[in-house]
Amino acid sequence: MSRRPGFVLEVDRSTPPTLFWNGEGYGLERLPEGSRVIYAPEPIDALEDPIGAIRHALNNPYGDSAPLPSLLRAGMKLTICFDDISLPLPPMESPDIRQMVIEEVLEMAAAAGVDDVVLVAALALHRRMTEPELRHALGDRVYDAFAPHGLLTQHDAEDPENLLYIGQTDEGEDVEINKRAATSDLLVYVNINLVAMDGGHKSVATGLASYKSLRHHHNPQTMRHSRSFMDAPASELHTSNWRMGRLIAESGVKVFQIETTLNTDTFPSQFAFLQKREWEWNVRDRATFAASSAALAGAPTRYKRRLFHSIKAPHAMTSVQAGEVEAVHAITTANVWEQQGVEVEGQTDILTMGLPYICPYNVNSIMNPILVACLGLGYFFNLYRNKPLVREGGVLILKHPTPWEFDPAFHPSYIDFFEQVLAETTDPVLMHKQFEASYANDPWYIHLYRTGHAYHGVHPFYMWYWCAHALEHLGRVIIVGGDQKAVRRLGFSPASTLDDALEMARDVVGPSPTLTHLHNPPIMMADVR
Amino acid sequence: MGIQASLAGKRIFITGSTGFLGTALVERLLRTVPDVQLVLLVRPGRRASPTQRTAREILKNDCFDRLRAELGDRFDAEVSARITSVAGDVARDGLGLDEKGRAELARCDIAIHSAATVSFDAPLDQAVEINMLGPSRVAAAVVRAREEAAREGGSGPAHLIAVSTAYVASTHQGEAREELLSENRFTIDADWRAEVDSARRLRADLQSESRRPEQLARFTKKARSELGGAGEHLLATRAEKIREDWVKRQLVDGGTARAQALGWPDAYPFTKALGEQALVAQHGIGTAPAADALPLTIVRPSIIESALSEPVPGWIRGFRMAEPIIVSYARGLLAEFPGVPEGIVDVIPVDMVVAAIVAVAAAGPADEGPSVYQVASGVANPLVYGHLVEMVQGWFTAHPLYDDRGQPISVPAWSFPGRGRVQRQLERATQLMDGAERLMSALPLRGRQADFAARLEDRQAVAKRALGYVQLYGAYSETDARYRVDHLLRLWATLDEHDRKTFCFDPGVIDWDHYVPVVHLPSVVVHARVRTTPGRSVVENRPDRARRAILAPERHLAAFDLEHTLIASNVVDTYAWLASRHLGAAERARFVAELLRDAPSLLALDRRDRGDFLSSFYRRYDGAPIAQLEADAWELFNQQLLPRSFPAGFARVREHRRLGHRTLLITGALDVVVAPLRPLFDDIICASLGRNGDHFTGRMAELPPIGEARALVLADYADAHGLSLEESIAYADSASDLAMLEAVGFPVAVNPESRLAGIARRRGWHVEHWDKAAGGSQRMLPIGPLESAGAGRSRKHRA
Repeated sequence: MSRRPGFVLEVDRSTPPTLFWNGEGYGLERLPEGSRVIYAPEPIDALEDPIGAIRHALNNPYGDSAPLPSLLRAGMKLTICFDDISLPLPPMESPDIRQMVIEEVLEMAAAAGVDDVVLVAALALHRRMTEPELRHALGDRVYDAFAPHGLLTQHDAEDPENLLYIGQTDEGEDVEINKRAATSDLLVYVNINLVAMDGGHKSVATGLASYKSLRHHHNPQTMRHSRSFMDAPASELHTSNWRMGRLIAESGVKVFQIETTLNTDTFPSQFAFLQKREWEWNVRDRATFAASSAALAGAPTRYKRRLFHSIKAPHAMTSVQAGEVEAVHAITTANVWEQQGVEVEGQTDILTMGLPYICPYNVNSIMNPILVACLGLGYFFNLYRNKPLVREGGVLILKHPTPWEFDPAFHPSYIDFFEQVLAETTDPVLMHKQFEASYANDPWYIHLYRTGHAYHGVHPFYMWYWCAHALEHLGRVIIVGGDQKAVRRLGFSPASTLDDALEMARDVVGPSPTLTHLHNPPIMMADVR
Repeated sequence: MGIQASLAGKRIFITGSTGFLGTALVERLLRTVPDVQLVLLVRPGRRASPTQRTAREILKNDCFDRLRAELGDRFDAEVSARITSVAGDVARDGLGLDEKGRAELARCDIAIHSAATVSFDAPLDQAVEINMLGPSRVAAAVVRAREEAAREGGSGPAHLIAVSTAYVASTHQGEAREELLSENRFTIDADWRAEVDSARRLRADLQSESRRPEQLARFTKKARSELGGAGEHLLATRAEKIREDWVKRQLVDGGTARAQALGWPDAYPFTKALGEQALVAQHGIGTAPAADALPLTIVRPSIIESALSEPVPGWIRGFRMAEPIIVSYARGLLAEFPGVPEGIVDVIPVDMVVAAIVAVAAAGPADEGPSVYQVASGVANPLVYGHLVEMVQGWFTAHPLYDDRGQPISVPAWSFPGRGRVQRQLERATQLMDGAERLMSALPLRGRQADFAARLEDRQAVAKRALGYVQLYGAYSETDARYRVDHLLRLWATLDEHDRKTFCFDPGVIDWDHYVPVVHLPSVVVHARVRTTPGRSVVENRPDRARRAILAPERHLAAFDLEHTLIASNVVDTYAWLASRHLGAAERARFVAELLRDAPSLLALDRRDRGDFLSSFYRRYDGAPIAQLEADAWELFNQQLLPRSFPAGFARVREHRRLGHRTLLITGALDVVVAPLRPLFDDIICASLGRNGDHFTGRMAELPPIGEARALVLADYADAHGLSLEESIAYADSASDLAMLEAVGFPVAVNPESRLAGIARRRGWHVEHWDKAAGGSQRMLPIGPLESAGAGRSRKHRA
């Protein structure tokens, strides 16, 4: 089957209105003539035999690595780490890639007689996964074999008993990671590389690290100099992680990295129109759009939330490669670009995007205003290589309801961050200096992170730091249809309609601006020339 | 001889000097009559001697500012040299004077009796003791003093001046002359002795009536409806207060009823009138002077209002008859008030009454027997009711009061309807609000809705007060009696130019168009402490001030209730969640049905007594496996409690800790349930169940810290840690926590249910409205999640 690459449409009089995501819903907006709309490439075909491909990858590693079976022996200590709930988005239909890969690894380990095996969810400072989430990621068979014996663990960045200090990089960065993983004879890392930012040394150096270690790259300075996060060579965040990863390798931690890529088949068939180009909608697409948007318009938010978060994506695996981290990751990144890359000619004055209901940090939860900012300014804004889609001093227009709502169980420190920190300052550097330590070391947040399902106390700061590059770059941020108080608290401007927002944007960028709309999801990455 | 000369060096005995008229009298005599000595009869306070009360309640009043300024540093010395305070009480026989007091009285030359209870709705027996018997008691004490003085070779007081009220003469249309009531053709000849006996008996009867079991049950029921399950002691205290209030109310109503039966609008003029009769009957000895008769003069002012010029224009003490009406009107609360626009309101400035009394004292008693002076304006210089209302309306239109949002309040235009119509309107409004209030208090409201209910209660109080004014004072605005002042003017005619300037009491000089808007109303507004400036208040608002006091570093301890104070949950919720955690779909439905079936009786029990409720409810945990509950409690916390928590509440706990305050959770919830909250507090005091091996017994290991026990537990805790409860803060949501809230210096009502909202409002307690996080749990039924497929062997997903 042939697939079409990404596409940049120029809006003319005959162009139908464009789909804008709007949180737990979507709508059509008519863009001014001459605007550009960037569409993702169509999904790459799935691997025909994923299990076969996994086996092949494990037996034929890249780089300076022996095949997995030859690294396994009886009596050894084996730790299998895997990406947490933040990947992929939306969560994929069963079986999850992690389940498929880990089952193969476990089979090989069993064949070799390995009996000291522990699974670790690589949470970093994310929330602990719930039982249903773990079951979904690993499958009941793996879950029931490990969990009851305490062999399925979740990384605890605040457990001094289970952290190992590896040392300092040349740049003076502390490296401290999960002790069980670091002291194993072999650390197998199972990754899902949804975007180019994921994977590589970031898997271990971030996913299994402590706050002490993370703060060296999760801070405003590093984030501002990551241009973008999706382009590892230009990303200070990645450079730091690479230094740490190499130090971990030098210290003798043996990592066998398994990376996988997904296609952009994001929505199940009943929502197929969401990943089609509007002028290609058929009658059924139009009817589904009309019916679903009417139904959603009247439904209470929590029902919409439940509905959308129950969506499991038909993502399919497009590649799997294993072996030494850097060699593997080079291939992975190329594969990601192959699926998601779109060439775009030149920057724009105004960049518009409709934000969907989900981001890496609100799976099965609420996209609170801080996450709205992070998804727009931290993630979507950074989906570029070379230079940002929007010019320096340009305007970013987001569409999202941005409700003043927080999940008290998952995001408790966000509530206080929004009430206390953002009420004082939206400057990442200032809040880093003034407030970060008190949130990071707060015993109540640490307690909730360790025993409940709460993101770490410092996490909302990281979300804001993700925005640091965009905040510095942009002339103005406007949110269409957002809760006005919440939008202002973020330091952004609220607008009730896209037309109003464009009027406001003209005050910043001049009377006849260029406009580009990022038609995301499905995810794409702009290679801006 | 001028007034000052005739009174110079005299000793004057005065009762009622802490009152409006008395204070002005004392000030005027001290300031204008050199060398006059004053002996003040002052009731000893609970913690203050008469001298202290004199200093605090008389001399501290702004009435003395002028004299203080004139005398400078000499004020204290001068005043204490000229004033002697003696302990006594006009409600006691012999005035309750001790030997020293009697000796002081015997050395006096003149006695002025101005003590009275002027309240129009005083309990009958109190009005009888003070207003009816007071003058006779003073007279008797003076007579005795004269006898004692005679034995010592002196003479004792040669003149008793009794202050009465013009309304004793008549409240009916027509002229009322300055004559003794025995000569007044309108006065019904009531037997004052019989009235005294019956008033005293009425109190005794009501006291026993109020102790009848049915009545006591009613009072207790009312207390419970106000406080809920606050605990036996608090309920008993409240019920006793309700009983006393009931007795008082009955006495007030009884007084009004008796007064009206005899043709008086209320108990005040009725008791004053009988007081005059009793006085004359016992000591004036009819109209003919007897050899040993007490020289007596009666002074009857009409409605006394603020000073025309002495000591300063507008001086007033206390909130009197007309002021509350004027202020209620200015606040837009009195849409109508009865009255005849052509009628005459008889008002007299206080300094004129004082001047008249001083002049009467200087003139001495009449030779031919008791004489009467009326001090009133209605005949000499009438103030027409319609004109007064116009002036008031005009003034408040030009100088409006402002509501709490800083907007001016526009005053209503009265249409002078009849009293009956206004009264009916107000009664209807009051009934409506009563109904609404009953409805609201029956609903399980909390937080802002309960606040609304409390506000409704306020409106209701306002409406009731308005109705009260109309009932009480309506008769006076419709009175059309003309109080003649011939004697007064005759006395005025005898004064020389100097005395006329210094002691002006000629009602003819009052310019009402000046007095009402320039002198009186500004003074009333100042005294009412109402908002007279527009815009948002620049001073820190009350909640902010209270919050700052609560979060001052010097506080010691912050005690928190849990359920509905920090988390929108209760013991039934948590039980339901835990008990249903491991049930299949079918069992679950049965469980919910059973719980719903029991709900009404559980609620009723909880309302009656929280302790009984908990111990009976916790029996449901009998046989529950401890280890499983402990593990499930963490899930409960993350899935049910945290999503229903109030983030602002948790933030407050942590703020207290940051400030170095000790934080304490006091809750009737079980220890296993609150275990995940341990790190939030320094300490937790909670309920715990007995254990039998690895199962719970369903009996509480010790008494749970709830209701009144909480206050004790809190006190013990503070004691053990060397903390002061005065410096501590307690946060709670329900009237059942009243004991704990009362125990600390800084009580805070959090999302109070309607009873506590009312209490907090009345007592001025700080109220916090803490919400669940928007986005928190919306689940209606607190039921544990269904087990995931394939689960069941273990719920432990954390090594």
